[in-house]
Amino acid sequence: MPVVVDLREVARTFPGTPPVEALKPTNLAIEQGEYLAIVGPSGSGKSTMLHLLGLLDSPTEGTYFLDGVDTGVLSERERAGMRSAKIGFVFQSFHLLAHRTTVENVMLAEVYRPRSAKNRRERAVEALEQVGLGHRLDAFPTTLSGGERQRVAIARALVSKPSLLLADEPTGNLDTATGNQILALFESLHATGLTLAVITHDGEVAARAQRQVRIRDGALNPVEVGT
Amino acid sequence: MTLINGSFEDDDDERTAAVPVAPPEMPTLIDPHDDSGAPPPPGVPPTDVGAIEIPRSGFSSRDLFGEMALALTARPARTLLTALGTILGVAALVATLGLAKTAGNQIVSRFDELEATQVTVEPNNRNSGFGASQQRNTSQLPWDAEDRLGRLNGVTAVGTATGVDVQGRLARSVPVIDPLGQTEFQIPVVAASPGLFDAARSTLFTGRFFDSGHDERSDRVAVLGPGAAQRLNITRVDNGPSIFIGDESVAVIGIMASTARRPELLNAIIIPNGLAKDRYGLTAVGEVLIEVEVGAAELIGTQALVALVPNEPEALQASWAEPPRRVRSDVQSDVDALFLILGGVSLLVGAIGIANVTLVSVLERTGEIGLRRALGATRRHVATQFLGESIALGALAGLLGTSLGILTVVVVSATREWSPVLDSWLPFAAPVVGALTGLLAGTYPAWKAASTEPIAALRGSA
Repeated sequence: MPVVVDLREVARTFPGTPPVEALKPTNLAIEQGEYLAIVGPSGSGKSTMLHLLGLLDSPTEGTYFLDGVDTGVLSERERAGMRSAKIGFVFQSFHLLAHRTTVENVMLAEVYRPRSAKNRRERAVEALEQVGLGHRLDAFPTTLSGGERQRVAIARALVSKPSLLLADEPTGNLDTATGNQILALFESLHATGLTLAVITHDGEVAARAQRQVRIRDGALNPVEVGT
Repeated sequence: MTLINGSFEDDDDERTAAVPVAPPEMPTLIDPHDDSGAPPPPGVPPTDVGAIEIPRSGFSSRDLFGEMALALTARPARTLLTALGTILGVAALVATLGLAKTAGNQIVSRFDELEATQVTVEPNNRNSGFGASQQRNTSQLPWDAEDRLGRLNGVTAVGTATGVDVQGRLARSVPVIDPLGQTEFQIPVVAASPGLFDAARSTLFTGRFFDSGHDERSDRVAVLGPGAAQRLNITRVDNGPSIFIGDESVAVIGIMASTARRPELLNAIIIPNGLAKDRYGLTAVGEVLIEVEVGAAELIGTQALVALVPNEPEALQASWAEPPRRVRSDVQSDVDALFLILGGVSLLVGAIGIANVTLVSVLERTGEIGLRRALGATRRHVATQFLGESIALGALAGLLGTSLGILTVVVVSATREWSPVLDSWLPFAAPVVGALTGLLAGTYPAWKAASTEPIAALRGSA
């Protein structure tokens, strides 16, 4: 299977006295169609990992290949383009725009893509139907439940048909039942071939993934399957 | 301005929505058998970057305007309040310039009517033109004033007017004394040169004015002002009516209808200078009335004194209206200085208002900025959007302010019964001023928005 994410000796150090080594040199590969959980307590380097994987930050050492592209040599505009085309983000706090309808929020995902605005609404509707929200197209986020809001956010991430869906504590703001529904949605998306990386501190959430890696004190270790 | 870079396009639309994976064939050198997750040996570049088309983010102008419109209309009341300072500032500027122009034009049009083209010359120490004694000065106004002044460039008409002392003689139209009604009246008699009628812009009701022939021959003729004609009960001249001043009979050859200058003529019996000299012993001219071209009043006023009495010009005095231009500039500078400062201050306050609210909204929209960055916006895209919103807000405020300012000019003009005058460039320039205010106000917030770290923004609750 082709490799979507390929981290080679990637490290991130924040300057200071003394410098903070947020992520030690790390190797990680995520294959296409894989469902990976990165689990760790707060302060372990999860956020750093998220930002590196999501091209919102650059490693200080090592090389990050995304879909075979060396991201270290890209211009800001190209990195932004890669974010837009290759990565779908899902956040703990949803980040929906309050004054826009569901479908408008999903359409926002394509604003920064050099693609024709034609059929943008149709694609957004399609993505919303995919997450089971085809009946709430013109609702405003304030009228939606937490689970529904996260579904809108997932639809927004799916509309660009990303190579990698990157979720940061996707159930952190949801109750257990609703969180399970979101995880079930992830599983069904995974079943259709989507590559997922879920970053979480919650062992139960991580256990739903196909493969887990644990991050602690900036170091990444595989978790034995079945333990 | 299009930010679309057409270099990237994958064939998403051909795929089914249910399978959002399977990127097209990747020219990658990654070992397909490497399923352990371990990296291939370092040092060997796994890809040839040049062979892969790298997507670049884009932000079309259409999308930019769409996002701006959505942002500005999301909270209309707040948008309006933000723009209020700029609206008032632009309105004050437009109203100031419009009212100054309107008032200036009003004064000019009034002066242009008559006074700006009128010069009168009198002996220096006389109090009034008509009816006063004629022999106080050594230097007197000459009888040939018309000839002397008519040659000056800028003079369009000259005439003399002198009150005639008729020693209390009454005027009547018929030699019959009607015991039942008053038939004799005390009517002022004015001696005039033929040019006076032109210089005073008099019009005829019937008959004719006298000419230089009548004057030279000392003909016993008269022109009646309409008031005098009514009292003497003369309505036509084709039957050769006569009037009596005392016992002297004079033929009426014309009746005046109106006069733009010297309204005293309306109630007077006007006789040629020649007749006045001959019968009433008139020795000097009382007043010279000159009509000049627009703008020549001051020049002619100075020259006329020398032309009339070359050896003693200071014995005469000329009077004319203040040049209208000076009045206008006085008015304009007074109004302008005060209100332009007010408008400028208001505009500055407006700019600060926009800057302030935009800055607050940048802080409020931190999450949105982070989201946009995650969705593929570059710093430049974020800055462009916030600056664009600010400029659009300023331009909108400029438009509203311009309308408000023009409305003010119209309302004030209506209450003062002026005709509103506005420079034609003003309605177009004012919204530009508003947009510039927005540009000025939005620069710092836009920079602030662009330097927001998406990492921090996305972790914060939104």
